[in-house]
Amino acid sequence: MSIIVNHVDYIYNPGTVFEKKALDDVTFSVENGEYIGLVGRTGSGKSTLVTHLNGLMKPTSGGIYYDGVDISSDGYDLKMLRGKVGLVFQYPEHQLFEDDVFTDVCFGPKNLGLNENEIELRAYEALKAVGIKDEMFYVSPFDLSGGEKRRVAIAGVLAMKPEVLVLDEPCAGLDPAGRGEILALADYLHTSLNITVIIVSHSMDDLAEHVDRILVMNEGRLVMDAPSRVVFGHRAQLEDMGLAVPEVTAILSDLKKAGLPVRDDLITIKEAKSEILRVFGK
Amino acid sequence: MIRDITLGQYYPTDSVLHRLDPRVKLFGTLIYVISLFLFQSFTGYIVATIFLVSMIALSHVPVKFIFRGLRAVLFILVFTAVLNAFLTPGRTLVSFWKITITIEGVRLAAFMILRLVYLIIGSSLMTLTTTPSNLTDGLERSLGWLKIFRFPVHEIAMMMSIALTFIPVLLEETDRIIKAQQARGADFESGSIIRRAKSLVPILVPLFVSAFRRANDLAIAMESRCYHGGEGRTKMRPLKYMLRDYVAYTVLILYLAAVIVIGILF
Repeated sequence: MSIIVNHVDYIYNPGTVFEKKALDDVTFSVENGEYIGLVGRTGSGKSTLVTHLNGLMKPTSGGIYYDGVDISSDGYDLKMLRGKVGLVFQYPEHQLFEDDVFTDVCFGPKNLGLNENEIELRAYEALKAVGIKDEMFYVSPFDLSGGEKRRVAIAGVLAMKPEVLVLDEPCAGLDPAGRGEILALADYLHTSLNITVIIVSHSMDDLAEHVDRILVMNEGRLVMDAPSRVVFGHRAQLEDMGLAVPEVTAILSDLKKAGLPVRDDLITIKEAKSEILRVFGK
Repeated sequence: MIRDITLGQYYPTDSVLHRLDPRVKLFGTLIYVISLFLFQSFTGYIVATIFLVSMIALSHVPVKFIFRGLRAVLFILVFTAVLNAFLTPGRTLVSFWKITITIEGVRLAAFMILRLVYLIIGSSLMTLTTTPSNLTDGLERSLGWLKIFRFPVHEIAMMMSIALTFIPVLLEETDRIIKAQQARGADFESGSIIRRAKSLVPILVPLFVSAFRRANDLAIAMESRCYHGGEGRTKMRPLKYMLRDYVAYTVLILYLAAVIVIGILF
């Protein structure tokens, strides 16, 4: 599995007053098994970019290659692509529509044209993977809690057995416990099921704890593409774009400015804790 | 596909037409629509064309944008024209098999198409140059006299304004839901009619759920700000006639006069 995004531009409503360049010469690639974070301010083009990855939107210019094949080429099997590149939109619980949870999760694999047994097996595995208990399978999706609905919606995409899973702000609007569950789920999918995961998020703290590589979007351009630690080393640049570094990184660098001999290139709470304890000799 | 619908859409730019009082535009549209059905001759349509073309020029809205609204009703236009051409009795123009096209039929079909096209362009020109809130404001003021008959003018205007502001919101929402279901492999374009109708369920159910949720949120938001209907409510920007509005009324009355004169002469 590999995705190559090659000099992609996208323009909304070309030739009218509503014209807006949403993507401007975006180039990067995704390799098998990566764990990537995508950040940027509201309106920086993150969502537009991820809807390009499974062919829901076509670039105005440039190309996107999945396993080396241009997905905009004639006769390309987009349905197959949408099974391989699973896309979970913001507030995915708003797309639930069936009478019960299990049937809703079956919708994706059914569209792929699989046989009955395979469909049900996949739906069962997906629901188990997101931690939905058997007794909830035949409940109406509208009767679940916010966090449960979201996990069911993610299962709906997982049931198509994607090789890449893109989660667009998967934690938006959830309580801390719900956030933790979703992020733990992303970790599990990445490490245990070997799925390439891309998370779009506004929370630098969450990304620092979970992903390995970060892409930064600003006004339609891809301005940074590096391992998390490297990206979070550019505090001033990130703050100029209306973004931030993880809170612990900010605290450490302020402590350093105040004269304490701490390292300021640490990004997770665990690292920061042991560093502060070290400085205080404990 | 969905974005082709321009009826009820506002085109943000600055022009004389945009700045006119909405009451003038409502009155103007009404006069224009009536005039279209009064004309029986091509001379009349020349006057209507001149009027419409000058209004489009004054509006600063790209012509391409105005005509896009016609695409959505193309089928109705063709259907009307064909029915009129085939089913009007009169002198035969062409005849084959059991079908006869008459001269009167062609004439009527041409009139019908012109009327419908002008009607749609004329009324979309009004919505393109007037914000929904202005439009309902104008409507509320123009129909104020109906209150005497206990007609709930304010409530109707409020409902209209909410409906109009929700059109783009719901279109966007539909677009989002379609994308989300396509990401789950849904296919809305192929298969038999029954299959395609069935494939709308995954769009319509979430759309209705979200429409009700939004309606509920809006109701709570309005109540939190003590909304209690039109009684004693003041406006941030009360409608006030300016010189340009009186000029516009004069132009409209002249147009109406021209229409009546042509109606009598031709």
